Amino acid sequence: MRSNLGFFSDEKFRSIFFQTLVVGLFALGLFFVINTTSYNLEKRNIATGWSFLQNPAGFDISFSPFLEFKSTDTHLKVYFVGVLNTLLVSITGCIAATILGFILGIVRLSSNWLLSRLVYIYVEFSRNVPLLLQIILWYSILIQLPRVKQSLQVLDVFYISNRGLYSPRPIFESGFSYVSIAIVLALISSFLINRWAKKRQDKTGQQFPVFSSSIGLIFIVPLILFFIIGSPLSFEHPELKGFNFKGGLVIRPEFIAMFLALSIYTAAFISEIVRAGIMSVSKGQREASAAIGLKQTWIMRLIIIPQALRVIVPPLTSQYLNLTKNSSLGIAVGYADLVHGFGGISLNQTGQAIECMAIVMATYLSISLTISFFMNIYNRSIQFKEK
Amino acid sequence: MYKQNLYTQIIVGNFKLNKSIIGINLLICYREAIFEKRYLNNYLNGENNMKKLLSIFAVVAFAFSAHAGTLDDVKNRGFLKCGVTTGLAGFAAPDDSGEWAGLDADMCRAVAVAVFGDRSKVEFITTTGKSRFPTLASGEVDMLARNTTWTISRDVNLGFEFVGVNFYDGQGFMVPSALGVSSATELDGATVCIQTGTTTELNLADFFRLNGISYEALPIETNDEGKENLFAGRCDVYTTDASGLSSTRAAASNPDKWVVLPEIISKEPLGPLVRHGDHQWGDVVRWSLNAMIIAEELGITSENVDAQLSSNVPEVLRLLGVEGNYGEMLELSNDWAYQIIKQIGNYSESYEANVGPDTPLEIARGLNALWTQGGILYAPPFR
Repeated sequence: MRSNLGFFSDEKFRSIFFQTLVVGLFALGLFFVINTTSYNLEKRNIATGWSFLQNPAGFDISFSPFLEFKSTDTHLKVYFVGVLNTLLVSITGCIAATILGFILGIVRLSSNWLLSRLVYIYVEFSRNVPLLLQIILWYSILIQLPRVKQSLQVLDVFYISNRGLYSPRPIFESGFSYVSIAIVLALISSFLINRWAKKRQDKTGQQFPVFSSSIGLIFIVPLILFFIIGSPLSFEHPELKGFNFKGGLVIRPEFIAMFLALSIYTAAFISEIVRAGIMSVSKGQREASAAIGLKQTWIMRLIIIPQALRVIVPPLTSQYLNLTKNSSLGIAVGYADLVHGFGGISLNQTGQAIECMAIVMATYLSISLTISFFMNIYNRSIQFKEK
Repeated sequence: MYKQNLYTQIIVGNFKLNKSIIGINLLICYREAIFEKRYLNNYLNGENNMKKLLSIFAVVAFAFSAHAGTLDDVKNRGFLKCGVTTGLAGFAAPDDSGEWAGLDADMCRAVAVAVFGDRSKVEFITTTGKSRFPTLASGEVDMLARNTTWTISRDVNLGFEFVGVNFYDGQGFMVPSALGVSSATELDGATVCIQTGTTTELNLADFFRLNGISYEALPIETNDEGKENLFAGRCDVYTTDASGLSSTRAAASNPDKWVVLPEIISKEPLGPLVRHGDHQWGDVVRWSLNAMIIAEELGITSENVDAQLSSNVPEVLRLLGVEGNYGEMLELSNDWAYQIIKQIGNYSESYEANVGPDTPLEIARGLNALWTQGGILYAPPFR
């Protein structure tokens, strides 16, 4: 029986054979998919290629806080506007979700019965209701705000209506660059002071007031400089002219709805991750640190959180990825993100669905891989270092 | 065991013929290929080359959407799949009893009547401005009758074929009358609700650019969303085809509070469309529409159609299938046009019932009157 198998009795040959077979079949499958697609596209006279990226878009995008966009700009620019808007809502959402999630995770563990129950209800509600519904809910609430002519005025400078939140726009005048330089220098020096103080404490046990000195450096020094130069900063106030407010900064209800829904939804998951992380630190650690007389806040900051982070960071990374990918639901409320602008309007106006979708998918993939990359570096830095 | 031997033999056999790749491919598509005898025969006759082979796979993989004529598909399925709007009163929207009604809905029904002789043999599939083209291209619907503007890029670049115009429209603006705006050129700085993926979106950008005034676009997906945002004051202006505006205005709780501005900023010939390349099916849809227009021209209505069967006008007799075999040419029954007129009515009847002056939309015939009555509605002769 064995001798009949010939080459097949050789384990090395067999493994190479099957691996080649699998790769070959995969390549064959891919080949057929691509060919079938291009054959059918050609047969139905559907245009292909990438030249459409250079054609003028012909439509306007109003929500473009970073780039000026006109209808004569190209589809390529539509893409960049979309990427920036996607990044805007993802990054702000991730930051807000992390802060909210950490606070809620810790509060959930509080011995205060009412607080921990409230967080429990919040978590169960927001993570068990589909995100899309939450986005639409927030949006429906926001467009029920007063009309633009009856805007609510807050503190004399903010206007709230169903067109968004209007606030004064800061205008930086010539001398302001010195202030910015001072802030950057202060940030660098407080970072260096922090390192030096840590080293000194490790060596001698002496402490240095890092927090208050950093505050002084970062806020007070630039502030004094700001007044010495002569307040090189003014504000452009929004004014109701004709149909809309002119001037000022505006945050659109579409963005607010996305931001609120994404951060509140993701914060529920993050709070559970944080809770799990804190609970994973054994009770002995807390008791031991209490025994050597550490303050309650120090126990949390120096003993519990550093150990909990090892457990928290990997699932936290997937929450960031989820949030970024979920931002594509912005299409439901007309938030001008990548899927809505380039993957929606451009796709529809040019009809080149495959190209547009391929670009959109590749973009989400790169954003996600970038997030993973940095989170993995961070993860490695907080792992226990064997000495 | 037997199966394995069979496969091996096929592979080995082809190795001998030095067509190993073809052999393996044949093995994979063997069963499917039986259904595509034409290609297989070509292959066996030695006409094959790499391209031919690819076409086997292409056709096999997409057999359901690409190979047969749409008319045969529809007949085999037993009903027509027609893409319509998500709800635009007067064009296609469910009425009080849940039945789809409107000018576009009648277009779908007319085609169903032409094919089956039964106005109920149609499934209405709702599409948004954005989903309509992929829906048609993928074969999910057989035709679109969805307020779609006939443009060169859609006709040529997207791979569709517009078969006619069932409503001549133009883009307009609607604002609350309280704003006191009397012309679209006064709209500087306004927030405009606009359906994405439409020609109106492009016209809007052009119009404001041309007049050197600014606006803020609020992109929306459906007419309902536009209505909601306009009524809530999230946008000042709603722009779409004038007919659509009339329809939206009619649906408002207090229509007098809204005013449609006089500017018409574009040509919007709306018509049914089918996939490019299936000319037989295109002919069926085209002549279903033309039959309704010709019927109006000849004065045939759903009420007098039976009396007209004994008319002495040759074109009436040809249209109703009494003379000639035009139905057969289209691979339909010979009384297809008779049935359309009997069950749906002529163009005028459909117009008056759905969008005309006596309906909440109150749209006068205008451009949509017959060419003999000051409009531009014109159908080629029926002979």
